Amino acid sequence: MGLAFRDGTIVKPYERLDKEEIIRLHKASLAILDSPGIWCYNERAAKLMGAAGAKVSEAVEFGQTLWRIRLPAGLVEECVAMAPSQVVLGARKPENRLLLDAGTPRIYFGSGSETNVWLETEMQSFTSADGGETVQIPRFQKRRGSAALLCRAAHLGEQLEHLDFFIRPVNVQDEGVTEDNHDVNKFFASLNNITKHVQAGLTRTDRLADLVRMGEIITGGPQALRENPIFSFIACVFKSPLQLVQDTADKVFAIVEAGLPIVISSSPQGGSSAPIQEAGMVAQINAEILAGVTFTQLIRQGAPVLYGSVPVRARMDDLHDLYGCPEFNQYNIDCAQLARHYEIPCYSTAGVGDAKVPGMQAMFEKLFTHLYMAMSGAQYIHYAFGLLDRTNTFCPVQAVIDDEQIGKVKHCLRAPKVGEAEAQDAVAMVEKVMGTSHRLFARHARKAIHSGDVSDPYRFEAKGMEDEVIARALDRLAEIEALPPVHLPAATVDRIFEEVPGLLPQLRVSQDA
Amino acid sequence: MNQTELIEKINFNIIQGRMTAEDEGFDEGLEGQPAVTELIEQAVEAGIDAKIIVLDGLTGAMETVGAKFDKGEYLIPDMLASAECVGAAMDILAPLLADAGVESKGKFVLATVAGDLHDIGKNIVAIMLKGAGFEVLDLGNDVTTGRIVEAVKANNAQFLGLSALLTTTMREMGVVIKALEESGLRDQVRVLIGGAPTSEAFAAEIGADAHCRDAFHAIDLLRQMAA
Repeated sequence: MGLAFRDGTIVKPYERLDKEEIIRLHKASLAILDSPGIWCYNERAAKLMGAAGAKVSEAVEFGQTLWRIRLPAGLVEECVAMAPSQVVLGARKPENRLLLDAGTPRIYFGSGSETNVWLETEMQSFTSADGGETVQIPRFQKRRGSAALLCRAAHLGEQLEHLDFFIRPVNVQDEGVTEDNHDVNKFFASLNNITKHVQAGLTRTDRLADLVRMGEIITGGPQALRENPIFSFIACVFKSPLQLVQDTADKVFAIVEAGLPIVISSSPQGGSSAPIQEAGMVAQINAEILAGVTFTQLIRQGAPVLYGSVPVRARMDDLHDLYGCPEFNQYNIDCAQLARHYEIPCYSTAGVGDAKVPGMQAMFEKLFTHLYMAMSGAQYIHYAFGLLDRTNTFCPVQAVIDDEQIGKVKHCLRAPKVGEAEAQDAVAMVEKVMGTSHRLFARHARKAIHSGDVSDPYRFEAKGMEDEVIARALDRLAEIEALPPVHLPAATVDRIFEEVPGLLPQLRVSQDA
Repeated sequence: MNQTELIEKINFNIIQGRMTAEDEGFDEGLEGQPAVTELIEQAVEAGIDAKIIVLDGLTGAMETVGAKFDKGEYLIPDMLASAECVGAAMDILAPLLADAGVESKGKFVLATVAGDLHDIGKNIVAIMLKGAGFEVLDLGNDVTTGRIVEAVKANNAQFLGLSALLTTTMREMGVVIKALEESGLRDQVRVLIGGAPTSEAFAAEIGADAHCRDAFHAIDLLRQMAA
């Protein structure tokens, strides 16, 4: 295409399922879509699918009209084949664009979750009762999400080297933010502080036009926005199990008709809204995503869509989501393989856990999924930065710690460099070193070290007998936050405020201010 | 190339860590250009005084390298590459310096003690010491106490460096020191020890003169001893 994109990391995917198992799950999903089919609460969607050959029957449940839709396998397969295998997600800076190619397991990591809680961290000193010893311990304070904190999160995301895209990790709950102006404020706060791709859900269908206008002003016009879609949308159009949600279906119509990329995301919970067994969970979530993709392609053939799989399992003590567990990885890698089978780029998940604060539990849960899902080759891995307490809290210092971890994961999964030239170099190097009295390879490590081929030690290590990861990461966070923001030019900001209603006045800052 | 240009080139190539023309440097695109060995030979052929080469070309360059290491700009491989360059230069210049009556900073016998085959740390120390202007006699690894004492005596060495990586072999260092005492050599030689299991306390316990955390610490200690 001749465009600049972020490098990402191309991995050799770890495949859990063999071909027969993939086909078996695919057929099970098609069987589910045929019978029992889906429960559709949106009349327009039901009519669209009915016109395309689905069997639609009207019913009433709890006083509400719905449409039972049985999707024939042929229709689903035909529509899924129409979905593009390459999707470009744009960015304010051209070199920050993402190329999601279903045929290439190039992985990107990003943030996510739209939490309500921002967790601030500070180190406090505590002295033993006898006064003999003083230790530094991190203490945490919860803050309510706000537009200012979202701006801080976007600024942080801009500077985190391994964050490839930005899904706002904190909700805007300021006075003056209503359902009506929620979309314009959350998108503007993000776009005015980060030059990477921005993605979010759509709160109000009727404010999509304002978002599109904002995007057109930033990129230079309608055509420029479609060629460089600096933002895209997540639509959880299915409420598991198998229920097509009325208002989200309207949003899918609007986004697809606007020509912007969309994630069809499904997040059933094994043990409550889906089977907990691997085959059952994956067959059902795959059915839901395939039905969603079919829906997008019936609205507009070739619409850019991501296969959005966020399968989780329930804890059996309180039925909350359980992320940092083996089943989570099993479900998700299966989905990544199915997306590859359908040749649709995969939106996946890693970096979530039950830990409430940064520490050893968080480190375990995050590494367990960061590494595993990167190995799966899913192209677009969200939730990866700063999340704690499942998806309920965003902690900026945790995001800094995660950035280091994700960098190491990306480094670990780089393609091996063992070509003919490297083999010849190795032989020559050994011969040369063995000709010296000291037999040390150190001087021959220089190029590899300084080019970045060899990784650095863990950034937040301590030299002494204390774990100083959080304290050191806090220092790094302070350095990042002191860097200048990447606001839009004043003329662009002024025009957005003139043409897009509902923006909070405190967000009116620009590069030239 | 005049004397000033030649000395500057030597200085630059030591900082770059380029011993011979085929070496890559810290910066890109230097392969194929004359490096320290070739430039020193040119300087000698041009009749430049060996003392000037050492003082203006080598010593200043290593100070720059040390400063870069302190700032984190250089890592250990970069320091070693530069030190190796100085070592190679000194191999060429040593006979000329001897003819001119210039002495090295001292004779340094170095060994990994008996029973221990580990020599990476000891080798790094050897490179750094040579780069710092010492005359290094590296006896290798698994060296018997008798050979060490003999080498100190035969070379009239002012310094002895003992290395061990194992808790089971570090005790051998104390045996060497005792043997030096018994041979009447202890007063003429400063004994420096190093290796992962060793410590200042252990050095004091066995009667060594100093414990070196690493090669750079060893150079610092030697500088202090010379002061």
